[in-house]
Amino acid sequence: GDFRTPTSGPRGEGETWGRVTMTKLAQWLWGLAILGSTWVALTTGALGLELPLSCQEVLWPLPAYLLVSAGCYALGTVGYRVATFHDCEDAARELQSQIQEARADLARRGLRF
Amino acid sequence: MASLEVSRSPRRSRRELEVRSPRQNKYSVLLPTYNERENLPLIVWLLVKSFSESGINYEIIIIDDGSPDGTRDVAEQLEKIYGSDRILLRPREKKLGLGTAYIHGMKHATGNYIIIMDADLSHHVSANLFYRKQKEGNFDIVSGTRYKGNGGVYGWDLKRKIISRGANFLTQILLRPGASDLTGSFRLYRKEVLEKLIEKCVSKGYVFQMEMIVRARQLNYTIGEVPISFVDRVYGESKLGGNEIVSFLKGLLTLFATT
Repeated sequence: GDFRTPTSGPRGEGETWGRVTMTKLAQWLWGLAILGSTWVALTTGALGLELPLSCQEVLWPLPAYLLVSAGCYALGTVGYRVATFHDCEDAARELQSQIQEARADLARRGLRF
Repeated sequence: MASLEVSRSPRRSRRELEVRSPRQNKYSVLLPTYNERENLPLIVWLLVKSFSESGINYEIIIIDDGSPDGTRDVAEQLEKIYGSDRILLRPREKKLGLGTAYIHGMKHATGNYIIIMDADLSHHVSANLFYRKQKEGNFDIVSGTRYKGNGGVYGWDLKRKIISRGANFLTQILLRPGASDLTGSFRLYRKEVLEKLIEKCVSKGYVFQMEMIVRARQLNYTIGEVPISFVDRVYGESKLGGNEIVSFLKGLLTLFATT
């Protein structure tokens, strides 16, 4: 496939969003901070929100679930990609015959190996 | 308003380049070599064959870093065989690294496109034709990928495949680079794009190759991809030890933290 790079504004280090440039690390930290603080706020009732018990029960172990899911996704994806990693038998064979051809032709043109 | 001007100028110059007829395009292949006495004649032969068959204007610039195995001697013979307008020898005294080899080579390149590849026959060269013809969707960079389409590898054991895919997965997650294969080194660049990128990149070795793609994305260059076959070294040994992995991770984390 083709990859068109997204237009993201004036050039600078990191991705730009408006005029703010952020490194990938900064983006991750920001994302984690936002999600983390939301989770803390909801589970400790810091905002004075009283969620029904069923919500609390799901929310509390959510980070752990997400971590495990992410791990499984990673293993699954890498495993799938390794299994479907294309073995280019044809390319190797073609290269071998091209090498023979090359050596013969070059020897004819006077190359001393 | 000023910021809009900046992001528009790459497109304007790209439009200017489109006006040039295909016959005026010249492709300079940069071949940094170190101890490639066996492979060099073969890769040059393959390139010459590809280019001549497609009637493309080309030159091959061999940048040998003082190889002790006689690579330079073989290069001189090739120059005699194919002519010094096609084979340019621009050697250096000692092993000085890839980035500087490219800079050195580009100073002598008269083409408007630069092709970077390994001289060790690991990349299956008939992909070359594929490249230039099909992927001139006017991309600034065309990158060979082992991970998409019918790209692939030959002669890799399971361990190597796992490491390669695992490393690439990590790279995609952390850097979201917009290209599927960052550590491959078979690429086509517009000359001015390569110049600009080399100027901006600070890493060494193959992390340098990764950094170029990452910076290219930041600078809004368009990147096209072509499947290539990576055939494990026919002559010579390849290296993928613990050291390589550690330095890859260091490079990846550096790019993650600084771009």
